Formats: sequence, structure tokens, C-alpha cells
Amino acid sequence: MQALNNFIAHYNYVITIFLMITGLYIMVARSNMVKKLIGLSIFQTSVYLLYLEPGKILGGTPPIIDKAFTVYSNPLPHVLILTAIVVGVATLALGLALVVRINEAYGSIEEDEIFKKDREQ
Amino acid sequence: MVLLTLLAAVAIAIVRQRSLFGVVLLSGIYSFLIASVMIVLDAIDVALTEASVGAGVSVVILLATLHLIKTTEAAHTRASWLPIFVSLGVGGALVWGTLTLPPFGTPDAPIHRHVAPYYIENALRETNVPNIVSAVLADYRGYDTLGETVVIFTAGIGVMMLLRGGKRRRSEDDKAEDAS
Repeated sequence: MQALNNFIAHYNYVITIFLMITGLYIMVARSNMVKKLIGLSIFQTSVYLLYLEPGKILGGTPPIIDKAFTVYSNPLPHVLILTAIVVGVATLALGLALVVRINEAYGSIEEDEIFKKDREQ
Repeated sequence: MVLLTLLAAVAIAIVRQRSLFGVVLLSGIYSFLIASVMIVLDAIDVALTEASVGAGVSVVILLATLHLIKTTEAAHTRASWLPIFVSLGVGGALVWGTLTLPPFGTPDAPIHRHVAPYYIENALRETNVPNIVSAVLADYRGYDTLGETVVIFTAGIGVMMLLRGGKRRRSEDDKAEDAS
């Protein structure tokens, strides 16, 4: 019973880590570069959740000061993650531009085919 | 909890989906689910940003890329047991690490006792902004936000150089072909 309660109290972390390793698996195992980038963004969003989850207080409200509330969730992780989201999309855009260039140069975005063409030259 | 489980399901669907078009649409769904989870976690500013940037801008640039490249993923030929083993190993270590974290939502966890109370008590008096997140983002950590805009600027320049350089080279190739 206690083990079950412990599992429910940490369920959010378990799912976050599951998303993290899913992103990692896509990045390592798949050779399609667009899919690799989407794996990277899944990994990133799992890190956002990992930051935001400890900041939540049960019964708290969003950190906007108002006389009606006294308990606020922790605002610091929110600030850090706002920055991280925007940087993440910049990374994604740059990576996709690289993919487009690779596609122009090699005619393919599959890592295996690109390595094969490199060896032939 | 239901939302988190849905997220896991969408992530599995992304792994299994072979059409890149489907993957991009699923990643849009994924972003909206993440934004909903963020609202539950009281991070409304972050949720707004994720819904507009993650589900809006990301999907648009992904679709723009798909317009320029082939949209089906090749069947994978590599043995996939090593990545699975590595992922599960990392995941197991991380889950083991979370076991001693404070349970979800407790108000007396260490994270809530450090600098966060200072911001919650003094942000309104010192900056006159009721939203603590924007007060910290723009007032206390303004240089951080400046650095962030520099990163976006650099990425924008990089994208422009990569794409326009490619176009120029192609038009030179066309000219060479016309000449021959």
C-alpha cells in the first residue's frame, strides 16, 4: 500500500522520464533527420516538465499577486523554462535549415544513405 | 494524471509513425497536451508560450521543411536493441534518482524555501508588476532575456545564411548547365 502511494506521488516524474527516454531512443535509433529533431524536441519538453513539476504546490495558484490568494506556486522554474522554450525553437529552426541543405547536397535525409554516399566518394 | 498518460501514448505514436507528415501533426498534438499539463502545474505563462511557439511556430517550420524534402521515412535497417538497452538503462537510473525526491505538490519542499519566497513577497513592492514571472523575467533577470534574444538573432542569421547560400549555388549550377 505504501509502495503504491509512493508510486502515485512520483507518477509525474515516471512519465517525464519515460518521455525523456523516448526522445533519446528516437534520436539514437532512427536515421531520418527530421525525426531525430522531433525526438530532440520531445527530450526538451520532458526537461521543461522536470523543471515545472517540483514548483507546483497543491492548492496553490499561478504566481500573479492578488489579495484573494496567499499560496502561490514557485515562479522561478517558469522564468527559466520560458527562456528554454524560445531557445529550443531557435535550435529546431537551425537544425531544419541544416536538414534542407543536406537534402540539397546529398538528395537524402536518411543518415545511412548519406554515410554510404560519403564512403563511395 | 490522465493528461500525462495521454502524453506518453502520443510519444509512442510518434516513435511508430513512419509518415513524416503524421509525425509533425502528432508533435502539434503533443505540444498542446504539454501546454495543458503546464496549466495544471500553474505555469500559465509557460503554457501560453508553449501553445504558440511549440504548437504554432514549430509545426509551421516543420511543414515548411517537409515541403522541401521527401516525406516518408525509410524502413530502418539497423538493429535496435542497443538503443533500447541504453534508453532503458538511462531511464532506470533516472527513476531510481527520483525515488528520494519530495512527493508531488508538497509546500515545504527545499525548492520553495530558497529565493522563491523573496520574489513572492517583494516583487510587487520593488517592481510594481503583479505577475511575478514577468517581474523576474524582465526586471531581476533582464540580462538573461537579452542573451536569449541574442540566441534567437544568431539562429535567424544562421538559417538565412544556410538557405540563401543554397539557392545561390543552385542558380550557378543552372547557369553552368545552360552554358554546356
